[in-house]
Amino acid sequence: MELTLTIPVLCAIPLAPLIGSMLVGFFGTCFLGKQLSRGACQTIAILGVMIAFILSCNVLMQVMDGFYFNGSVYRWMELGELSFDIGFLIDPLSAIMMVVVTFVSLMVHIYTIGYMAEEEGYNRFFSYISLFTFAMLMLVMSNNLLQLFFGWEAVGVVSYLLIGFYYERQSAVFANMKAFLVNRVGDFGFILGIGLLLAGTGSMNYDAIFAQNTVLAAQTLPGTDWNLVTVACICLFIGAMGKSAQFPLHVWLPDSMEGPTPISALIHAATMVTAGIFMVSRMSPLFELSDMALSFILVIGSITALFMGFLGIVQTDIKRVVAYSTLSQLGFMTIALGVSAYPIAIFHLMTHAFFKALLFLGAGSVILGMHHEQDMRKMGGLWKYMPVTCLMMLLGSLALIGTPFFSGFYSKDSIIEAVAASTIPGSGFALFAVMASVFVTALYSFRLYFYVFHGKERFGHADHDHHAHDDHHGLAPGQKPHESPLVVTIPLILLAIPSVIIGFYTIDPLLFGSFFGDSIFIDIAKHPVMKDLAQAFHGPVAMAMHAFSTPVLLLVVLGVLTAAIGYLWVPSLPAKVSEALAPIKKLLDHKYYLDELNQTVFAKGMVWFGGIFWHRGDEKIIDGFFVNGSAHLVGRFSGIVRRLQSGYLYHYAFAMILGLIALLTWVLYTYLFIAY
Amino acid sequence: MTVTLAHFLVLSAILFAISVVGIFLNRRNIIILLMAIELMLLSVNMNFIAFSYYLGDMAGQVFVFFILTVAAAEAAIGLAILVALFRKFDSINAEELDHLKG
Repeated sequence: MELTLTIPVLCAIPLAPLIGSMLVGFFGTCFLGKQLSRGACQTIAILGVMIAFILSCNVLMQVMDGFYFNGSVYRWMELGELSFDIGFLIDPLSAIMMVVVTFVSLMVHIYTIGYMAEEEGYNRFFSYISLFTFAMLMLVMSNNLLQLFFGWEAVGVVSYLLIGFYYERQSAVFANMKAFLVNRVGDFGFILGIGLLLAGTGSMNYDAIFAQNTVLAAQTLPGTDWNLVTVACICLFIGAMGKSAQFPLHVWLPDSMEGPTPISALIHAATMVTAGIFMVSRMSPLFELSDMALSFILVIGSITALFMGFLGIVQTDIKRVVAYSTLSQLGFMTIALGVSAYPIAIFHLMTHAFFKALLFLGAGSVILGMHHEQDMRKMGGLWKYMPVTCLMMLLGSLALIGTPFFSGFYSKDSIIEAVAASTIPGSGFALFAVMASVFVTALYSFRLYFYVFHGKERFGHADHDHHAHDDHHGLAPGQKPHESPLVVTIPLILLAIPSVIIGFYTIDPLLFGSFFGDSIFIDIAKHPVMKDLAQAFHGPVAMAMHAFSTPVLLLVVLGVLTAAIGYLWVPSLPAKVSEALAPIKKLLDHKYYLDELNQTVFAKGMVWFGGIFWHRGDEKIIDGFFVNGSAHLVGRFSGIVRRLQSGYLYHYAFAMILGLIALLTWVLYTYLFIAY
Repeated sequence: MTVTLAHFLVLSAILFAISVVGIFLNRRNIIILLMAIELMLLSVNMNFIAFSYYLGDMAGQVFVFFILTVAAAEAAIGLAILVALFRKFDSINAEELDHLKG
């Protein structure tokens, strides 16, 4: 195939969704008076994303044939010797991200037609998700840190807008503010990291930074003996912790489920939250220089993977279970980054994007069928009413827990083996964390599946108290759930296909072949994990067969069995267990008290801190000394001067005459006596 | 003895000085203040006429007519203000009129 990609084609990929978003946003909403109907808006938005998807597929094919592009397309501004460019870097890493992003986005666009059909802000929603696609594409296609940061913030803004989509709802407004603030903490670290790299190398372009690797590695942070690369990498990773919801900056992700379900699938599961994973992979030449940063990443990832999985077990809201599962899986990807297995992280990112989007959209389909009921305790036995959704959710869950031959199996098992092969500090804890998570993942996934689709039918009970103070609708007594329309189920089926098969077909080229080429750098001498794995790999079938003799699969089966016992065969068991383990249950119900900690320590602390600045700094110094102080000074001075103003006419006249005499004297002296 | 320019100038300076003293020594009556101002204008007129005569230029005497006219108008306005002032404050005592102080 001829390599025919030109800059205009590359520009068209992010711009198509942007134009769609702007058209829909300006002309489809009240902003310019609803010029476009719902039908027109959905067509425009879907068309934009579809163009992006088709072009991205084309890019991926050409990249596989050896296409490579790295260059600037527009110079934004120059500052001294520093130039800020909009540029694209098209290599295997960005190409695969582009396809994943646009594919999931396209599925979510189509799904939205069915899911949001009854909603007021239909056009606004389309505008937002197209804008998100634009921002995410800018992020992954960027060839410099500044544009990456632009995309990074832009996806954050859209995430904020979409979490607060139901802006009349108090909890949604709280949740979007929380997401925004927590991400600020991460972004603060991120921008510090960018600044350190800029100071160390004088450039923000990836290739220029990577070219100075050895220079960077030799530098220390001025004033300390800390290695500059380590500090910069940890700062960058703090940014990733915010965006990719790693402990302890994960608190915003469960609350982000206040947004409509399609965006939970698109933004908070498949694409945006993986931006941090992508960024670390992109910066792999830097992270490879610092074992300390890698260990830090590994430990953070392990904590997230294990402890967030536990929380998934006690949730009763169907979306929150999937949300905690996302947190746990993001932890897995972070662990893969920590053991220098960047290709596995991207591989898991891709498979996870498909099956997690599938699970979220399936959960959305259930919510739709249940008339906006999200509480799993009011579901059960839905397989009779929603067979397609049920089957798709089963496939998604099987992929998530790592059933052999499913895509999740290949990525997850690779991560576990990579951790087992790794020797960097923290890998022992990481191995324990991933093994325990495997069991926990199987448990909560199948808890959800059995709880919702099997067992006793618990819906349709009169529940007016609940109904009165909540805008969830739920089913009326006697009403039955219904299967969702085709626009909802078709995206599910389209997502289920890659969820099942993509791992089988892509593991060989992606992990052990030459697909990534130079786009990911691994210091094989120091971190031989990928090499060890490649030696042990004998094809996808052999890998799946081998799984039957490992403890990992045993843990999976145990997890599924536990779920089956608790939620299928002995429904009274969970209550007894939670009673027996009441303290732990309480701890999990309160999410390890992290929200309380944030509220009391950080929020109150900041208020206290702000109070000091307010009272001491603003009121005392700025207002008291500078503003009112200068006014008082003028007042006191004029208080003295005003005594000159007697009000008597003759005083003024006398002053005038005195002045006149003085003036005349001066004129006479200078011009008459001195001049002659 | 002949009357020279210096005599006229001295006379006019004396008149001017009297009027200045009249303005700020007078503490009682605003009418006297107005009269002092008139006197001041007259002393200026005296200067104009003296210079006009000695330099043989009639322009100075033309100025005097203008000044006299303006002084008459000013006196009329001044008196009118005075009446208004008296109606408002029931006084034309300069000592009491310190409202400019604000």
